[in-house]
Amino acid sequence: MTGIVAYGGYVPYFRLERGSIAAALGVPAGKGTRSVASYDEDTTSMGVEAARTVMRGSAVTPEAVYFATADPAYLDKTNATAIHAALDLPSQTAAVDMLGAVRSGAGALRAALDAGRPTLAVLSDIRTGQPGGPDERDGGDGAVAFLCGRGDEAAPVLAEPIAWASASAEFLDRWRLPGARASRQWEERFGEHAYLPLGGAALTEALKQAGIEAARIDRLIVAGPHARAGRRLAAAAGARQGAIADDLADRIGNTGTAHAGLMLADALDRAKPDELIAVVSLADGADAVIWRITPAMASRRPFASVDAQLAGGGKVSYPTFLTWRGFLEREPPRRPDPERPAAPPSFRAESWKFAFTGSRCQGCGARHLPPQRVCVKCHAVDRMTPERLADVAATIATFTVDRLAYSMSPPVVAAVIDFDGGGRFQCELTDVDPSTVKIGDKVEMTFRRLFTAGGVHNYFWKARPVRR
Amino acid sequence: MASNGIRDRVAIVGMGCTPFGERWDKSVNDLLIDATKDAVASSGVAFEQIDAFWLGTLYSGQSGLTLSRPLKIDYKPVSRLENFCATGSEAFRNACYAVASGAYDVAMAIGVEKLKDSGFSGLPGIAAPGDGTKAGLTAPATFSLLAPAYAKKFGLDDALMKDVMTRIAWKNHKNGALNPRAQFRKEVPKETIACSPLVAGSLGIFDCSGVSDGAAAAVIVRAEDAHRYTDRPLYVKALSFIAGPAAGPIDPEYDYTTFPEVVASAADAYHQAGIKDPRAELAMAEVHDCFTPTELVLMEDLGFAGRGMGWKEVLAGTFDLDGELAVNPDGGLKSFGHPIGASGLRMLFECWLQLRGEAGGRQIASVARGRKLALTHNLGGAPGECVSFVGVVGSEPSA
Repeated sequence: MTGIVAYGGYVPYFRLERGSIAAALGVPAGKGTRSVASYDEDTTSMGVEAARTVMRGSAVTPEAVYFATADPAYLDKTNATAIHAALDLPSQTAAVDMLGAVRSGAGALRAALDAGRPTLAVLSDIRTGQPGGPDERDGGDGAVAFLCGRGDEAAPVLAEPIAWASASAEFLDRWRLPGARASRQWEERFGEHAYLPLGGAALTEALKQAGIEAARIDRLIVAGPHARAGRRLAAAAGARQGAIADDLADRIGNTGTAHAGLMLADALDRAKPDELIAVVSLADGADAVIWRITPAMASRRPFASVDAQLAGGGKVSYPTFLTWRGFLEREPPRRPDPERPAAPPSFRAESWKFAFTGSRCQGCGARHLPPQRVCVKCHAVDRMTPERLADVAATIATFTVDRLAYSMSPPVVAAVIDFDGGGRFQCELTDVDPSTVKIGDKVEMTFRRLFTAGGVHNYFWKARPVRR
Repeated sequence: MASNGIRDRVAIVGMGCTPFGERWDKSVNDLLIDATKDAVASSGVAFEQIDAFWLGTLYSGQSGLTLSRPLKIDYKPVSRLENFCATGSEAFRNACYAVASGAYDVAMAIGVEKLKDSGFSGLPGIAAPGDGTKAGLTAPATFSLLAPAYAKKFGLDDALMKDVMTRIAWKNHKNGALNPRAQFRKEVPKETIACSPLVAGSLGIFDCSGVSDGAAAAVIVRAEDAHRYTDRPLYVKALSFIAGPAAGPIDPEYDYTTFPEVVASAADAYHQAGIKDPRAELAMAEVHDCFTPTELVLMEDLGFAGRGMGWKEVLAGTFDLDGELAVNPDGGLKSFGHPIGASGLRMLFECWLQLRGEAGGRQIASVARGRKLALTHNLGGAPGECVSFVGVVGSEPSA
């Protein structure tokens, strides 16, 4: 039996009130909030965060990583390698991207299931559009990851796909030229016309494969960039009253490539053994899957549920949101621009920079971040073993708010943090209100894009308050 | 193995110091020529008699050509060096050793920095190509880490800590108001200091030293030759320079209330100079007040106040111009800004004036009462990972 053996979602901390768009631009913008990737996040870093929740709960080492997004941080250079590095996966594990369109998400998950070896599918997206438009308002940012495999005693299958049907067609509903900042969409009613038969055909075929009626479905998830088509398909599917999943539009918006997966992860968090979950992803056609929850789900201990992340924490103002997404260019501080990270030192330091691996002295046990060759305590030379601290909690020893340093979103909050079990590091804090930081606060590490300089993204780790 | 020092083996016979500030009218070359002219004029040494040069600068030029080109030095050794904020003091230290060794009869140490031409606030970076993992904090941010740690350890609330920091800035600006070479030449009310816009942590703009241009120079000869050039030389009593293991940011035992490098270099310098009780023996000290909490911690690290007692001494006026031990009588980095390469020699220039009784309206009374020693101190880097220089000069050879 091949299926999902571990999964986890990531919803960024910040929320934009749709009302703030209306207030600023004088356009109707609806109610509720959308999720917003912070200024130091991109689809790769969010993918890492989602994948970390998966890997923390799993004994399985993936042999491949498939990364899907419609908003890649790099072209020509693989983004999945940064995720691979941040997860400290062995070099034998393959890492490939599936980029450009929302449908890549459904494709990556299918490919991971079909891989015939433990494979991690990471789906991530940042959705926005021209200021005042529907994509800005209705979009959302988030990521989700699924570890697929045959399952064994240590890592049993939690959800098994008992049917998978696709319907493909070439039509122009939503598109974006490479380099363009916003998508374009044909008249909404045309997309509805194209999608409804495709979605209906895929779902019907999946139900047929599974040998069940729609009414047997415990949870029906319909996701896709065309919200109206999705709602109509769900309503017409013949599912039971109350089986149609909330599309999360009110709280986080539509997270594009990640959205069907994120809704699935949320449904899995609540699912009981033997329940059936149908997922229809409407994107340039339709992909319909019917998942059966296995008895193993009853004993799953999630690291962080999707639901717990839906509410979010920080509010971001509309001008700040526009600044973060590059639609509002603000006056920089009178400080030198940051230097781009150089390729050879970054390569030499891969396990430190990406996996947050320090070293421990074999002589006296002192931990070092970054890794050192000479022990700061006992001065032993070259007696170190690597030790990864990405998942170790820490405590703030002292901190400052730097109002002079360069940042996309000043001020920079920085802290000296002492790790549980030893080791100290000085780093930036993120997802934090500067006025609430205190000595003694608990923090955890999070993978971020510190800045982009000279066309190079600088990925590294920051600390954020522990909120669980 | 020992740090033996070169007490009384060399002497300063001339010094020069340009006005510090936004010297839009002066190039690096101009500042070097001006400081050299003043130092040579005050020394009685002809420029052609100088055998070797040590130039300290961090940003304003590379190689000895930075000095030899504008001054048209005729085929003589010119070393250019940097050691962060101790750069000027390092130029002086190396020039002293060269003369003490007998390699040269006359040497000049000169420091220069032109920061204002960059157009940036604060200091520009100088990082080698890297992996992008070093926290890009500014200097005020790294030094601001001292304030909450000190306050917490010694039980000061935020308001009291701010009062102590404000008192330091107020004192140094008060001294600087009396100094014609200072960048800022007026007293600043405590309320203005305390309410200035925040830069980093609890540090307001008046808790930070300024950004300025300047140069200073010293002419050094063997002690036995000093009286050929001046009847009031300054004898070099101690030169200590320490680079720490940069343990603070990676070792949880470091508590951000002290600079271990300063403690080590002070002990070394006092040993070299034969000083037992610095607070009672020194006439004055020029210390590295890059930020107000730095000066507070230095009072304890340099042995001028007991551990955890520095803040009380600051508030009591112990380090005022007319206090028990004048600290930064020239106005310090607060009044002069911090042109990196020049600062250490600018501090030495104040010792030169004060110990010779030439400091005018800010002349320290204890010199007339017989105190003959003055201390200069620099540190460069950040709390827990810095270099430190402590030097002592005196107006008489030791008995």
